[in-house]
Formats: sequence, C-alpha cells, structure tokens
Amino acid sequence: MTFPILSLIVFIPMVAAVIMLLIPAERRNETRAVALAAATFDLLLAAWVYVQYLVNEMTGYQFVETYRWLPQLGISLKFGVDGMSAPLVLLTGIVMFTGVLISWGVDDNHHPAGIQDRPREFFAFLFILASGVFGVFASLDLFMLFFFYEIAVFPMYLLIAIWGWVKTREYAAMKLTLYLFVGSVISLVGALAMYWAAYQSTGVLSFDMLLLEKANFPLNFQVAWFLPVFFGFAVLGGIFPFHNWSPDGHVAAPTAVSMFHAGVLMKLGAFAALRVGIMLLPEGAKYWSWLVMLLAGIAVVYGAFIAFQQTDMKYMIGFSSVSHMGLVMLGLSTLNKTGLTGAGVQMFSHGVMTALFFAVTGMIYDRSHTRQIPELGGMNKIMPFASVGFIIGGLVSMGMPGFSGFIAEFPIFMGVWHVNSLLAIVASISIVLTAAYILRNIRDVFFRPMPDNLEGHITDVTVLDKIAIVTLCTFMIGIGLFPSVMVPMVQTGVENILRLLGGA
Amino acid sequence: MATETLIWLIPLPPVLAFFLIVLFTNRSKALSHTLGVGAAFLSWLGSMVVFYKAVTTEHFSGFASSIPWLPVGDTWFRIGISIDPLGAAVLFFVAWTIFMIFLYSVGYQNFGQPKGDHDRAGLPPHGATVTDEHGHKHMVLSVEPMYSRFFAFLGLFAFGMYTLVVSDNLLTLFVGWEIMGLCSYLLIGFWYGKPSARAAAIKAFMTTRIGDVFMLLGIAFLYQATGTLTFSEIFTEETLHVLATTPAFFGLSAAGAIAILLFVGTIGKSAQWPLHVWLPDAMEGPTPVSAMIHAATMVSAGVYAVLRMFPLLTAGWHEGAALLPAMNLVAFIGAFTALFSATIAVAQNDIKRVLAYSTISQLGFMIAALGIGAYIAAAFHLITHAFFKGLLFLGSGSVIHGMEHGVLHTGDHHVDPQDMFNMGGLRKKMPITFWTFLIGGFALSGFPIITAGFWSKDEILADAWANGHLTVFITLAVAAFLTAFYTMRQITLTFLGEPRTKEAEHAQETPWTMTVPLVVLAVFAAAYGWVGIPEHFPVLGGILPNWFHEFVGGSLLEHPEALEFSWAPLLTSLSVALGGLGLGYLVYRNVKSPAEDKLQIPALKNKWYFDEIYDFLFVKPSYWFAETFTYQWMDKGVIDGILHFFGKAAAWIGDTLRKYIDAWFINDIVADKLSHQWTVHPAARAVRKVQTGRIQQYMLTSIGVLFVVGVLVYYFFMA
Repeated sequence: MTFPILSLIVFIPMVAAVIMLLIPAERRNETRAVALAAATFDLLLAAWVYVQYLVNEMTGYQFVETYRWLPQLGISLKFGVDGMSAPLVLLTGIVMFTGVLISWGVDDNHHPAGIQDRPREFFAFLFILASGVFGVFASLDLFMLFFFYEIAVFPMYLLIAIWGWVKTREYAAMKLTLYLFVGSVISLVGALAMYWAAYQSTGVLSFDMLLLEKANFPLNFQVAWFLPVFFGFAVLGGIFPFHNWSPDGHVAAPTAVSMFHAGVLMKLGAFAALRVGIMLLPEGAKYWSWLVMLLAGIAVVYGAFIAFQQTDMKYMIGFSSVSHMGLVMLGLSTLNKTGLTGAGVQMFSHGVMTALFFAVTGMIYDRSHTRQIPELGGMNKIMPFASVGFIIGGLVSMGMPGFSGFIAEFPIFMGVWHVNSLLAIVASISIVLTAAYILRNIRDVFFRPMPDNLEGHITDVTVLDKIAIVTLCTFMIGIGLFPSVMVPMVQTGVENILRLLGGA
Repeated sequence: MATETLIWLIPLPPVLAFFLIVLFTNRSKALSHTLGVGAAFLSWLGSMVVFYKAVTTEHFSGFASSIPWLPVGDTWFRIGISIDPLGAAVLFFVAWTIFMIFLYSVGYQNFGQPKGDHDRAGLPPHGATVTDEHGHKHMVLSVEPMYSRFFAFLGLFAFGMYTLVVSDNLLTLFVGWEIMGLCSYLLIGFWYGKPSARAAAIKAFMTTRIGDVFMLLGIAFLYQATGTLTFSEIFTEETLHVLATTPAFFGLSAAGAIAILLFVGTIGKSAQWPLHVWLPDAMEGPTPVSAMIHAATMVSAGVYAVLRMFPLLTAGWHEGAALLPAMNLVAFIGAFTALFSATIAVAQNDIKRVLAYSTISQLGFMIAALGIGAYIAAAFHLITHAFFKGLLFLGSGSVIHGMEHGVLHTGDHHVDPQDMFNMGGLRKKMPITFWTFLIGGFALSGFPIITAGFWSKDEILADAWANGHLTVFITLAVAAFLTAFYTMRQITLTFLGEPRTKEAEHAQETPWTMTVPLVVLAVFAAAYGWVGIPEHFPVLGGILPNWFHEFVGGSLLEHPEALEFSWAPLLTSLSVALGGLGLGYLVYRNVKSPAEDKLQIPALKNKWYFDEIYDFLFVKPSYWFAETFTYQWMDKGVIDGILHFFGKAAAWIGDTLRKYIDAWFINDIVADKLSHQWTVHPAARAVRKVQTGRIQQYMLTSIGVLFVVGVLVYYFFMA
C-alpha cells in the first residue's frame, strides 16, 4: 500500500470545508487560517506529485490508488495521474492557494478587503469546488470522474449567485449551471453507452477507464458516440458555439471564483473531453477531428475579435479565455504529437495566466469599483506590482518567447500547420488581435493619467496579493525559460494518447 | 576560454544588467548606468575577441555549439550559437553601435544634472531652475526621472539583438526578434505620459506583430517541411534542393513560400512598404532609442534575417539566371520602398523624421539587393548603413539636446527643438556635432571614395546593372539622388547659414559622453567602406584587397564571383550623389521658413496618406467586425438569441403544459370534471342511494352479490 497522496490531495479541501463550517461564523480569522493551511498543504502535495513525476522521469499512470466502492456495478474510487494530468493537478493547487490569498478579507492595515460577506461559507464552497476539480483530474474511473465533475460544477452556482456581481449574478449563474449540466448529462449518456458496450463485448461491468481504453469499440459506435461525449464536456472547455456561458459567468463571479472558473474549470472541460472523448473513442476522434478543429479555429478568432471590442476588463479576459481555450481545443484536434503537447502546456499556461488576469482585475475593481476600461487609468503609479504582474500575464497571452504562452502556442500552431495550414493562417489572426487588446488594456488602465474621481481613492495591493502575483508569475516565466520542466512530462501523456490513436 | 563559450556569454551581460537594475539599483542612477554601460562594454569586448578570432582563422567557416531546449515531437529543439563570417561581421557593427549608444545615453538623459522642477515619471524632463553664485536664476536641463529604467530597457534590448545575431537556429532568432519587439514597445512608449508616445508604441508593436505572425507561420511551415530549424541543417544542398522542387501554393516552391512568409516578418521589422507606417511614429521615443531601433539593431535584424535566409530565398537559382518569383517580390518591395520613402523624406521638417524615412529607404536598398541576389552588397550596405545612420541619429539627438538648451535659455517652450526650420547656423555652436553629422550625411548620400556609403551603395547599383535588372537599377538610382538631396537639405537647414531663432543662437555643444560616440562612429562611417573596395575598381582596386567580399562570401555554400567593373553604374552613382548634394545646397541655402519650401506638397507631407488609408481599410472595418458583426449580431444576437429562444420555449412549454395539460386537462377535466363531476359525484350520488342504513337491505345485497360471484366462479373455473 503506497502513501495515498492523491486521495489526500482530493479530499483535503473537502475536509477543510467541513471544518470551516464547524467554526462559528464570527471567528473569521480561524476560518481563514484553516483555508490557507489547507490550500498550502494541498499545493505542496500537488507540487510533490509533480516533482516526483518529473524527476523520476515517470511515464504512464502513477500514484495509482484503487478502492472498491460498488463492485457489483464495477465502480471504484481509482486515482492516478499521467503526464497530462499532473500539471493540471499542480495548476489547481496553485489557483487554490492564490485564490485564498487574494480573497483574504483584511488588508495590510487591518481594513476590510476582499470577501466580507460570509467568508466561512464562501471558502467552504470554494474548497468543495476544488475537491471536485482535483477529483476529475485524478480520477481513473469514469463514474467517479462524473461524480467529481458535478461536485465541481454545482458550487459554482451558489458562489456566483450569492457572492457574485449584483447586476448579472442570477442570470449568469443560471446560464452557466444549465449549460454545464446539460453538457455533462449528454456526456453521461455517452459514458453509459460505453459502459454497456464494453460489458457486451468483454462481459465485465466496469467504469475503469484503463479497461475502457482497451475495449476497442466498433467504428460506427465510436463515430456515433464521439460527438455527444466530446461536445458535452467541451461545453465546459468553452468551445464555439457553446462558449457563451463562460464570459457571463466570469464577469458575474467574485474574483477567486473567476480565477477558478477560467483558470481551472475550463481546463476540466478540455481535459475530460480529451480523456473520455478522444482517449476512449479514438476512432471517433479521428473521424470528427475536422469538426473539432473547425469549431476550435472559429473560437480562437471569434473570441479574440470580441475581446478586442470589450470595455469591461472582465468581459475582455472572459472572451480572451474563449480564444485561448480554443487554442487548447485546436491542439487537441490535431491528434499529432506537436499539437497535443502544445494543448497540454497551454492548459497549464492559460490557467496560470488567466488566474493572474482575474486576480489583478479583482484588485483594481475592489479599489476603484469599476471594471470599465474607459473609466480607469494610472494604476501603474499606485500599484506598480500588480501592473508588472498584469504585463507579464499579457506577454504570456500574446505568446511572447521567454514566457509559457510561447512554449504552448508555438507547438499548437506547428501541429495545426501540419494538418491544415490554411486554418493555421486564419487562427494566427488571433495573435495580432490578442496583442491589440492586451496592449490597449495595459495602456489605458495602467499608463494613462488617472481620472480625477479615482485620484486619492486607490491604494496599493496587499502583501498577500503580491505573494499571489509572484507565485503565478514564477510559473509563467519558469516554464518559458526552461520548457524542459514541463514539456517532456506532457509528452509522456501525449505518447499514451498517440498509442491509443494507433501510433498516428 | 573556448571561443564557443565566449559566444554563449556575449548576450548575457546586458540581460544581467537589466535584472540587476530592475531588482536592486533602481534608485541609484550612477550604479544603474555603470551596470548598463559596463555590460555593454563586456559584450563589446567579447564580440571583438570573437571577431578577431574569426578574421584571423584561415578559411574561417564558423564557430558553433548547441544544447537541447524545447522538446517538440520526437526531437528536441536545440538552441545554440553559431558565428559564421556573416555573423562575425554583423556582430562587429552591432557591438560597436550598441556600446556607443549606451555611452551616449548617459549624456542624453542628462546624468549629473539636477532634478527637474516639475518632472515626473512618464514625461520628458522639462528642465530645472538653478541659482548660480551671483544669485541669478536660470534654467538648465534636468535629469530624466526614469533614468535607471531606461538603462534596464536598453539592456534587455541589447540582449535581444545579441541573441538574434549569435543564434544558430530560427527559433532563438525569433526569440531575440520578439524580445526586441517588446523592448521597442517599452522604449518608444518610454515617455508614456504623452498620448502620442503611447499610441506610437502600440502602433509599432502591432504593425511589426503582423509581420511576426507570418514569420511564425513560415517557421511552422519550414519545420513541417524539413523537421529542423537549425541553419546548418536547413542550408544543406539536399534539403535546399528538396525544398526548391516541392511545390507549395500559388505556383511557388516550398522554399519560395517559406522565404516569403519569413520575409513578411522582415517587412514588418525593417519597416518596408506596406508595413512601414510604424517607424516614423516611433520617433516619439528618446533619441538613443531611435538610434538603437533604426540603425544598430531592430531594423537591421530584419535585413539580417533575410541575409540568413538567403539560401532559402534563392534555392534553385544561380547567379545570372532569371529571378525566382519570391526574389522578384523581394526586389520589388525593396526598390519600391527605397524610392517611395525617399520622396516622403524630402518634405519632412522634423530632423528625426527625415532620418526615419531615410532609414526606410536605405533598408529598401538592402532588400532590393537581396532580391536581385546581391548578397554581399546587401550585407555590406547593412553594416555601413548601421554605422552612418547610427551616427546621424545620435547626431540629431545631439542637435536636439543643444536646441533644448537654447529653449530653456529663452524660456519659450513653443519652439519645437526638433523642427529644422527653427535651427540654422549650428555649425559654429556645435562643431563636433556638425563635422560628424556632415560625415554621416555624406556617407548616406554616397559621397565618393572617402565615405563608406559610397562603396556599399555603389556595389548594389553595380550589381543591379551587371545582372541586367534595369528597373531596379533606375529606381535605386533615383532614390539615391533623392537621398543625397534631402540629406543636403537637412544639413543646410540645420547647420549652415545663420541661426533662424534665438534658441538656435543659444544652442550649446553637448557633453563628452555624447560627442565621443559621434566621433567613433564617424570614423567607421568614413573608413569602413575601404574594406570592401571592388577588386576591379580603377586605381584603388588593387591597393586594398576586397576583404569583405572574401570574408562574408564564406557564409554561402558557393562563394559568389567578384563583379566585372563597369563605368555606367559608377558614373551614375557619382552623378546622383554629387548632383543631389549640390542641388540640395543650392535650393535650401536661402530658404528661411516652411512657406518658402516648394517641396511641402500635401501628399508628401502626409506620407502619401497611408495612415488614413489603413485606418479606412483595416482599422475601422476590424472594429466594425468585432463590435457589430461578431459581438452584437453573432454573440448577443444569434447565439444568445438561440439560447434565450430555448429558454423562452422551455418556459412556454412549461406554461402550456401547466395551463392546458396540468390545470385544464388533469385538474379540470380529469380531476374535477371527469373524476368529480362526471364519475365520482354521480357515482357517489348513485351509490349513496344504496347507503340506506338498513341492515336488511345490506344483507340482501350481500347475498345477491355472493350468488352472482358464485355463479361466475363456477362458470369460469369449475366448468
């Protein structure tokens, strides 16, 4: 029996949530302390898994744990990570840690800042969400994957509807939840179809994905079921034309939830679409890859065009997420090594980057009470630290060499060029547009003279905010300069996918 | 230390300086510039050693080494360094100009001057009031508020350029390329308090970015076609042959298509038509930045990239053959740009803008030379141009600096210290600046024999003539004439005659940190040409060997042949240079104000309206497309519309179900009417009659029922 590190990672947030709910509501400091301790510990464990995987040059599924749960139906709690999911587990740890830091609730001078309304419940829901996300990334059992998937989606509704932006929170929370539930139900039907088909051909009732991988479903079965399974999940990955819930959700959500939402939840969709859609139905993936590529290509350019025209910072970042997640899907749709590797790195890179964007936007909003770009200005003077952070995030977003964005996007474009060079050319329009809206945003929000009504009302970010910014930037720059800390690892995961695809 | 190790180290000092300044020495101006200039010096020293080793090695072909960096597909992208003869020659001028620009920046940003009265970060210094020993107050130049940051950015920029030059592959070349793009954004927008600077920075970044995207696609295409991005592996005869014979699109070979995609990157970076619009606006940056971007590094990088890709561009072509489609395109863009921007330069009044357009034009010369296959001539002109254009930019900065001194003296801040019509007669006030500027200007004009520009420009013209590219030859000759003309116009308006304003009268020579770089660069601007005197040139040809041709030619697989001498191009270049200079002097020696200048034609002043045309053709439509079409119509209208339709439909179905099925049919009909009114009630009423309360009746009924049931049971089961 090995040390159950993945179970710990998955369940620590849930346990912490329960503990927090047991603390009396007025003892906010204890709540925060529990939240921070749990988040830190989880991050360290996730980093440990990552480093072990990397340093020992592991391949395949590692840290596997199996607990029989409902053996009659072939359901077990089975955890394990491969080169694709280990970075995402780490990413979740990072976003959780930084999310707690920026929602702390007290600034350096002990004035209220961040989440004030019922922080106990807020952190508890956030942590249940985190548990779900960890669970999806680590699950090797299809049933459990769905189980954790719903755990991850459901608290979103409460978090947005209760703590969100008053103007749109009910609409956005409902839109988001409906989209995601409908998507997951459609996928679930597909998963059940796989479960029965595998039972009929092998005689074993099992949701174990490692067994399902070997099930060799007939071609027409795969072709028929790939679409519902893949797109059901891809809704959460923000694929065109099912992306629409995402910007609205980002905007309405409180800062830490936006970070989770764009940083991790959207990866959940792409990851599940990859793991369940492409890896279990590889022939279907080959058959439909043109469609995925087309829609992803549209999302890339489409999201960039809309982001280009937004005046609300959060909407801009929200649509930029649609565009960047489109790149992930684009990488997945290439079904070749270069493209898939790029997609894997892009998931991590975009997660860290967009978490940073939302964190800084939240810091600005908390102080200026507006996110409208035309009403902002001069932030560089007051919060230089946050502005440098945002600029670094911007450079990642633009795919500047030396930052993780380049390491991710460059292989994606090469992979796409290999399959369809015309689409690569069209998709590359987004690179120009991204630079345009990011630079415009930086110029206006940070470097223009500050509007008079804001003068004197803006304070610098807190120490905790700075720690969060530094943490996020470290990963973006680190991977940009030393891609070998992530790329070879992702490639081991990609090799497994290629093996399933028949060595394509 | 092995030379390879040294080459690895060359780019590092500036980037170290960048980090040290940003992290530690930001508050100390003296420490920051010591770090910056010191780093530039170390890189310069390393470059000189490498250059020395390269030229003293017999049959030098290159130094190279590499390490694995980015795993992609089944292989690793290796990043590495390589210095071949071309690299060594480029490294030489890059090191010199960068070092000089760093040194110059110390003076230009007013080190040692007092802090300004009202200066704040993001705006150029406005001057400080000081009181001398007699109690008189007067204004002097004040130190740049973001002095340290300036050196940090310059360091990063230098790192980008050195990385680009020492790269042995397209990937790190692209990395350096992008770092410079970023730094140019930061440096052009250095005075971000000015709206024009913010706009110019974004324009520069966006325009070059468009080119970069094509370059990235070219890299992807190249990698897909060859599986490598390392120069030495691409430029083998077999690979080039395969690329030259593989068809791509529009009737181009793969080699041609890749070369064109990469070349679009150069169009952006080297500001060639039609992506030239950013460069004149980039003059918003401090002058050392202009020199850095327009002479030493960024724009040169574009030409350098085409030089590097020359074997790809010309794959399947041999000297004397008809030009390939890709080469034709390159030649056309280059020649057209050379002429087109020279016409604009003629009508500019801002001393730096003249130089900006002149730079675009000169880069056009190089690009055109590459298009017609004149590799060595292009490389030669790249280097000489970097020296004399760097000199001219620094000279113009010195002039502006001197004029600013005058402006502070008179206190009239409405006088634009960059407008040449506000100058005049500066030769007496600023002699070192004048003489060095004169050398630079003459080199730019191609003044015969004693300037470097003559030899390099002449070689391009000679090559065009010798290979029969008459259109290119004529276009470039006309452009060269205009070059000489506007250069002399500039020199005449700025330095000759009498001061036209009080400010010009009170202009002052700049400190040594600024004049020393001018002198050093002036030496190169004059003398560098002598290393490349054509073998067959009358009289001089035999005296000095054509070292440049021999050395740089070693970068190609096949050493290019030396040209046969011909009088026609020589006479042409002599006459356009001297004619242009003479005419410029004659026309402008008595012009006092823009009103008297007959060449202030609106089309030229307004740069042929390219900004307006682009705004109409690209900027406005993309805003429309983004807002009206994509966001409002598609996203808000169609997609949300469908969603809301589903929402409404679901609500409607729910309502309908409730109203007609649930409330009416189930409740009303089924439950009320059907069950209650029509069945239960009548039935109850009917049954009620039976409920009489009399035991006897019940008994009777029981017996009757028992009888009937008995009969039925018997009938069905027993019988």
